[in-house]
Amino acid sequence: MYFGLPDDAVALKEGLREVLATACTPATIRSAWDGDPCDQLWKVLGEFGVPGLLVAEENGGLGLDELGFVAALEECGYAGVPGPVVETLTSLAVAPLPMDGSARVAVQALNGPTPHAAVSTHVLDLSGTLYELTKGAGEVTETVDRSRQLATFEGEALEIRLSDDDVALFERRGALGTAALLLGLARRQLDLTVGYVKTRQQFGAPIGSFQAIKHPLADAVVGTEFAWPAVLRAAQAIIDQDDDADLYVSMAKALASDAAYRMSRVCLQAHGAMGYTVEYDLHLFAKRTWSLSKDWGTASDHRELVAEHLGIRSDV
Amino acid sequence: MDLRETEAEQQFRAEARDWLEENVPHGLPSGDTQEGFALHLEWERALFDARYAVVSWPEQYGGRGASVWEWIAFEEEYYRAGGPQRVTQNGIFLLAPTLFEFGTQEQQDTLLPRMASAQDLWCQGWSEPGSGSDLASLKSRADKVDGGWKLNGQKTWTTRGAFCTHLFGLFRSDPESERHHGLTYFLVPLDTPGVTVRGFARLDGDEGFAEVFFDDAFVPDSAVLGGVGKGWSVAMATTGSERGLTLRSPGRYTATVDRLLELAADREPDDGEVQRLAQAWMDAEAYRLFTLQQVTNERAGRGRPGESSLNKLHWSELDIRLHELALDLLGPDAELEGPWSKGFQFSLSGPIYAGTNEVQRNIVSERLLGLPRK
Repeated sequence: MYFGLPDDAVALKEGLREVLATACTPATIRSAWDGDPCDQLWKVLGEFGVPGLLVAEENGGLGLDELGFVAALEECGYAGVPGPVVETLTSLAVAPLPMDGSARVAVQALNGPTPHAAVSTHVLDLSGTLYELTKGAGEVTETVDRSRQLATFEGEALEIRLSDDDVALFERRGALGTAALLLGLARRQLDLTVGYVKTRQQFGAPIGSFQAIKHPLADAVVGTEFAWPAVLRAAQAIIDQDDDADLYVSMAKALASDAAYRMSRVCLQAHGAMGYTVEYDLHLFAKRTWSLSKDWGTASDHRELVAEHLGIRSDV
Repeated sequence: MDLRETEAEQQFRAEARDWLEENVPHGLPSGDTQEGFALHLEWERALFDARYAVVSWPEQYGGRGASVWEWIAFEEEYYRAGGPQRVTQNGIFLLAPTLFEFGTQEQQDTLLPRMASAQDLWCQGWSEPGSGSDLASLKSRADKVDGGWKLNGQKTWTTRGAFCTHLFGLFRSDPESERHHGLTYFLVPLDTPGVTVRGFARLDGDEGFAEVFFDDAFVPDSAVLGGVGKGWSVAMATTGSERGLTLRSPGRYTATVDRLLELAADREPDDGEVQRLAQAWMDAEAYRLFTLQQVTNERAGRGRPGESSLNKLHWSELDIRLHELALDLLGPDAELEGPWSKGFQFSLSGPIYAGTNEVQRNIVSERLLGLPRK
């Protein structure tokens, strides 16, 4: 029995953490808010092998599995990497596209405007068709997290069509990767908040010494700490092609969505008015959390799926 | 990541499952009453005779030398089979790990076999009327006399104190000391002259609590565990066991969820209850997974300070949610005395015993997050 990331995933995670600390700063995220596709950051990710992380080594990828995938995405969440990071990694695993960071794939879950389409080179729709975008973005719909703006797109359907099995795997990885991203976002918000409440003085003491600040933070930490093992378990279930893979993916996404959202609430509150402004960085991570906690299925959607797997019947 | 059980682990689990299925008694009255306690002792002795009382202990003390993975598996099987509460728990799960770490050879050789066979029954003497969450303010005294110590003072909320034979507790051995300095951990037979025990009822009406009075009670020097004046650090080892894995293993909660799902199958859960049932399953499973990760990390020397407080916050709040949901499913029947209403009342003690959850939140925020103490 060994419950944890394998050494290669740990090494990747630590390396990525170091690289992203300079390659993806809050200023990078802010530039994405202004519509910058952040090519330099994606080039760095490409040099590090992140886009092709799930691609087999003989095909030029890193050849890692879903444990490496969640390890990398947790760090991307921590850094707040803008753009379709989960979507690109999962797409490149099933479609032969460049792995150097030049290809960015948005995912169209519903007909209509698609998040990240304006800064992407491709769009995959979940019926299994991959489009290469031939023109710039069409009409843009603004989102609360400006780095996720929706856009209509015009593109050319490529010869790549995903099988139903590939689409199912794609959706599993999408929900799982988003869960990992959310926990990274939560960890970043926690770090920002711990740093802040240690130094912020009110009533003659650092506010972090007050139980009114400590206790909600401790409860939020319980939530994120117990969600991470679920992410690892789901990753292993996909690797093993367990019958329970969907159950564990839903569990991971439900727990991570709720835990990360709760963390963002508590962290914002602990900052007081200092956090209630776009001039301070916290909102960059909080707003991403709000979006991603609903993306790839809400916590309620996934609880419903868990209930189905467990055979719990409802009276309706 | 390797989630497989070895062949030996699988065999261990299968044997335990078979034995438990055949031998677990059902429908015992509460072990927190005089009558129920006696019946639970019979069960404890049956466990001991089958060498299932203390599976993780060395064989010489009545165990099987089981690994922590096997112990977790045993716990899962125990609660899955509907095994009764362990009335020996404060000895075998709390004192024993402390004895293994701090006890002299003689203390281990004398006390552990009697504990395993449920001949000696241990209760915990931490709290005092004026010292609950603020344990370090305790006032019970140990005064040095020739060949030993005289104990004076009062302990209270002592679980099953009225049925136990021995108490482990903290006493102030240096009258000049303050707070967590100058405390000593003592092992005290409750039939020592000068010790008086009075049982009293808990929230559920069972006489599961006691207050213990010490009036010039003499104990020999050999009653000290871990050294004079070292009581606080020895006690912290015990509380680590209490909050973490050993007292409340994941198997308890996964088994409760199984029963909750059975209960729901006979009712008609509405959409909200279906959501809560799914959440209940996930939270219990998350505790199981967290535990596997925690054991892995501890064995690799990657344990973190304050981590056992995360466990305690999670399982204690989870236990209440599981029982609240059961009572909602039962509807008007929830008020009837029965396993769920009993379990509900017991679950309400979870955030209070083993250090209140307020104390645990302080520990998480100060030791794990590094926030300043007040």
